[in-house]
Amino acid sequence: MSDPFLLFDLLLAGAVIALAIATLTVRDLFAAIILFVIFGLLSALAWVRLSAPDVALAEAAIGTGVTGALLLKTLHHLRYVTGSLGTNAVESLSPVQPVPAGVSWANAAFCGLITLGLATAFLGAPHAGPGLEGLVAEAMPASGVSHPVTGVLLNFRAYDTLMEVVVLLAAVIAVWQIERGLSDAPAPALGEVWEGFARLTLPAIIVVGTYLLWKGSEAPGGAFQGGAVLAAVGLMLLLSRLYVPRPAHRAVARWAFVLGTGVFAGVALLVASGGRVAFEYPLEHAKTLILLIEGLVTISIAVTLAALFHGREPVAVPAERGDNDA
Amino acid sequence: MLEIIATAFIATGAVFFIAGTVGLLRFPDIYCRLHALTKADGLGLALIALGLALMANSFGEVFRILLIWFFVAVASATGSHLIASHARLVDRVHENDPDRERQT
Repeated sequence: MSDPFLLFDLLLAGAVIALAIATLTVRDLFAAIILFVIFGLLSALAWVRLSAPDVALAEAAIGTGVTGALLLKTLHHLRYVTGSLGTNAVESLSPVQPVPAGVSWANAAFCGLITLGLATAFLGAPHAGPGLEGLVAEAMPASGVSHPVTGVLLNFRAYDTLMEVVVLLAAVIAVWQIERGLSDAPAPALGEVWEGFARLTLPAIIVVGTYLLWKGSEAPGGAFQGGAVLAAVGLMLLLSRLYVPRPAHRAVARWAFVLGTGVFAGVALLVASGGRVAFEYPLEHAKTLILLIEGLVTISIAVTLAALFHGREPVAVPAERGDNDA
Repeated sequence: MLEIIATAFIATGAVFFIAGTVGLLRFPDIYCRLHALTKADGLGLALIALGLALMANSFGEVFRILLIWFFVAVASATGSHLIASHARLVDRVHENDPDRERQT
């Protein structure tokens, strides 16, 4: 590695750590979210420098874009609940209730354990070994796709990816259990400039999201990145009130949530019933099956993330809380 | 020759980005800061995109750089418009608020 890049990498690493510390220590919640978003963007850049463009795309789209939007929406709700909406940021830093010390310590303990585990894994890994690249490259012809990362995610280690999709499904189920009805917090007025921007960019986002998904079989991209980009369409529609979730849409939404997980698991079972291991796709159908799974998982991810941003199950009358028609 | 021109464009673009950042840090209120940031960064981005387009290998790459430039420019203009209009809204609520002078 040449010298100028080493300097750049050191600066980048320093900036990422400094931003992480600043995010945790700054008292203004809004500033904390903005710092977190910048932290995510620089982390994405760090992944690019580590030659992992797939992870960089996922970090930028999900870890930064969608998570940032979720955090901002939460802050909007918090400010509404504490009655500090429309006032200055500094006055609205106290949450509804202070976090109990026990929760903080439990959080710290879990983070410490994860750090310890990562450190053990890092130190225990073979130094400068060939890694698994050789094995993957050898098995690539059997995967049905030409991009190694997609081969690993959707074929060799498809179980892990299935579990990731299940995690998203579990998240949206939990959110819909917790809260129902319409948000009382007023939607921010965004104005005509925003509407023009939305009209201009919505078609482009759809094209980019689909492109990321399609490109995934031969280049960095795939279901999670494409899904997160497509989720941005949902976010913009919800923000500009072009789409307002109604109770009648719940059935469609539920099908969309389950679609990815269902088809993913269904294909695994179907393959397994033919006397093979769960994700051992027959070679002649491997690309078709992977594209089918990725396409439907993308739809699920996009709808789920948009639903998480909306944050509650749409119910016509908020008084109908006992209504258990799930 | 083309590389030298491209490098010159990118370097000039970087200078505009630095100027925008200095403006963001030094200017007194949010409107001046936005002005510095959007004007300087907009020009900086255009120059860097132009420099990169000169070094691109294929027409497809040039087209993609053009698209990226267009959407970043539109998004940053929209974003700064939203920030400014929200700041005006908050300003009207707090007519005489000393907090506006806060240094970043």
